[in-house]
Amino acid sequence: MEYWIAFFVGGLICGLAQFIIDRANVAQIHMVAVLVSFGAILGALGVYDSLVSVAGAGALLPMSGFGYLLVKGIWSHGTEQGWTNIGAGIFQFVGLELSFTIVLSFFAAIIWKPRG
Amino acid sequence: MSLRKNYQHAVKQFQPKPSYIANSLKAFISGGLLCACGEALRKLYMNGFNVSAVNADHLMMLTIILLAVLFTALGVYDTFSQFAGAGATILLSGFANSLASAAIEHRSEGWVGGVANQMFKVGGAVIVYGVVVAFVLGVVHYIV
Repeated sequence: MEYWIAFFVGGLICGLAQFIIDRANVAQIHMVAVLVSFGAILGALGVYDSLVSVAGAGALLPMSGFGYLLVKGIWSHGTEQGWTNIGAGIFQFVGLELSFTIVLSFFAAIIWKPRG
Repeated sequence: MSLRKNYQHAVKQFQPKPSYIANSLKAFISGGLLCACGEALRKLYMNGFNVSAVNADHLMMLTIILLAVLFTALGVYDTFSQFAGAGATILLSGFANSLASAAIEHRSEGWVGGVANQMFKVGGAVIVYGVVVAFVLGVVHYIV
């Protein structure tokens, strides 16, 4: 059952994004930037939290999950140390993925040559 | 200006219409399948390897990133994203693909000026907009 929910939620985000890309004639990277900002706003409102608990990977894997995790990092860092937590906590949950992606991309560039 | 408009009007009837439904359906199915695979991985790590829920999320995303970079280097991901459209580019694997493909593509320009500088040519937009929006929201949250 959880697989079906993940399938439908993730698929719906992708299908809707593709429809907007075709219809409004925007570039894909513009759509991704909008999606990240949207995920951050929904995360700040607390809506995305419940979506992740229902859909799991279907809500985490689209890039709106990236924005949600950025906001979640700020929120979970607490406010007892004042305003410095805003910048300190922002990469708490995505820092691992981000650094892993950069390191892997670098090693991929070392190992493989461009094709074509 | 009127000449340009005239041209656009004249050329419009010969341009192929993008098939909205078919493209969206392709993105829906391939994006959904990828998310279902991610969910399966998450369940596998949680139940099979007894990892905590937070670490299972991390491991799931790291696995997806690893596979995306690998398939990008082998040239498979390009073919897949041509078929799936947003179903491949909007996911986390698409972000990894944009970084890895830019890094591999600019390898001939050197390790610093090529690989390191050009790596975020496309994917940088995600980080910039995510951080800016999240930071502003954090400031609002702190003040309110």
